[in-house]
Amino acid sequence: MKYNLSYKLYGERAVLIEWPQEISENILKDVLSFKLKIEKFNLKQILEVKQSYCSLLVIYDFCVENLKPEISTIKKIYDKKSEAEELSFRQWVVPVCYDDVLGLDLEELSEQKKMSKSEIIQLHSESIYTTYFIGFLPGFLYLGGLNERLNTPRKSTPRLQVEKGAVAIGGNQTGIYPMASPGGWNIIGNTPVSLFDIDKKLPCFVKPGDKIKFKPVSLEEYNGIKALVEAGLYQVESKEVYG
Amino acid sequence: MVKVLKPGFYSSIQDFGRFNCQQYGVPYSGVMDRYSAGLANVVLGNASDLAVIEMTMTGVTLQFECNTFICVAGAHMNPKVNDRLVEQNKPIEIHEGDVLSFEKFEKGIRGYLGVLGGFLSKEVLGSRSMYKGITKQNVLLKNDIIEINAKTSFSMNKHSLIKVKDDVFESHFIEVLKGPEFDLLTQEQQEFLTSNIFSVSKNNSRMAYQLEERLENALKPIITSPVLPGTVQLTPSGQLIVLMRDCQTTGGYPRVFQLKESSINILAQKFTGDAIQFRLLEYLK
Repeated sequence: MKYNLSYKLYGERAVLIEWPQEISENILKDVLSFKLKIEKFNLKQILEVKQSYCSLLVIYDFCVENLKPEISTIKKIYDKKSEAEELSFRQWVVPVCYDDVLGLDLEELSEQKKMSKSEIIQLHSESIYTTYFIGFLPGFLYLGGLNERLNTPRKSTPRLQVEKGAVAIGGNQTGIYPMASPGGWNIIGNTPVSLFDIDKKLPCFVKPGDKIKFKPVSLEEYNGIKALVEAGLYQVESKEVYG
Repeated sequence: MVKVLKPGFYSSIQDFGRFNCQQYGVPYSGVMDRYSAGLANVVLGNASDLAVIEMTMTGVTLQFECNTFICVAGAHMNPKVNDRLVEQNKPIEIHEGDVLSFEKFEKGIRGYLGVLGGFLSKEVLGSRSMYKGITKQNVLLKNDIIEINAKTSFSMNKHSLIKVKDDVFESHFIEVLKGPEFDLLTQEQQEFLTSNIFSVSKNNSRMAYQLEERLENALKPIITSPVLPGTVQLTPSGQLIVLMRDCQTTGGYPRVFQLKESSINILAQKFTGDAIQFRLLEYLK
């Protein structure tokens, strides 16, 4: 499906492309497929194409005197009836330990929501989440698909330090802290897997469009996986899924 | 090699930034004032984007363990080699054992030190720019050792014609273009933004400059969308935030302006309490 897009100049060296402003998987697929098309077109002068929920930002290498002609070039790429780009995504299984030692706010959440801890864990780990984009911190995934019953406002006082790997809920979103950082989300567990590793050729193994499934593990399994991760021997389980 | 004797208030190694990692949520980073950093390099015959030391508010004290040439540019900061004052924006010959230090900053707040061949700290994801969580450290520390290539000569005459623009330290005009949400502002808000004088609040850093004066604002946050260094955001409380080189890759506040590249350099030399005024330019028809 083609959307009615808007094209706006964004300073001296970027063009912003906007879809209808809503968070939806169909829009995400169109955003990602347009991004791929622009990148495949190999336009000279393009430094990179940045993406979020329902926008693309095309950034040029240097200040271009007049970007208007560039807009018509990009528009043509969108309208082109190329063979439909088959986007391929992966579904990753991320182990999470929801033990009280790591799920610091689980108890509070359980009281607040009048739900047992195991019910919360069940609801959190049965959904399949969609990665919309990566931002906020290096390797922080913006995930969609949290069960509405788990919606929880951010804590009134943020923690000064949230541990690396913390799995948390903030509003209608869930996420993983890729590195230690201050944060106000409610922590329900921790994953031993590294979401961001500068020593890897691909610093973040998840890409926009990929699915995430959380798999509850015991504290013992958690420590075992953690040791494997540190030794560089852990392979995150995944399978190919089609858009 | 160069040894850090005193790191100064906030000094870091920066080149022009880390590109093509925005997709992983990694900020660009890079020198705050590209004009001055580029000058420190070009005077030495370096490519303008080689890694330099960026000093904020106070200078570093360094000992050189080889012969080389250096150049100091940016904020006026009275550089000294072995207690003898030397000139800025000119190549300075350094001998093994020389100690470089700085007196008080007089104009501007960010000074740049270039060295022949650039500073050769470890590259991470294609850049030497220091950033917390990406490079091992985000500032220089006492006793750090930084690699440089020992060099004894370079041809000087071809650089003798560089004319230094010093007006970056005098001008308070920040040239901007309309941001994507500018047209959602009321007429009054638009006028307020372009006619008022704003001052830099104490919350100013490599990540962002918050401005002191607020405006009446009913504009709601947007669905998180890409931002760039130089994007001016308007928060629901009416505060203006000018994003700088270490800014996050995306943001959820309306983007009312985008600074011209040259104005990012000007703002980078401003400090708490300094006055600025936005000058809105039109996009070419």
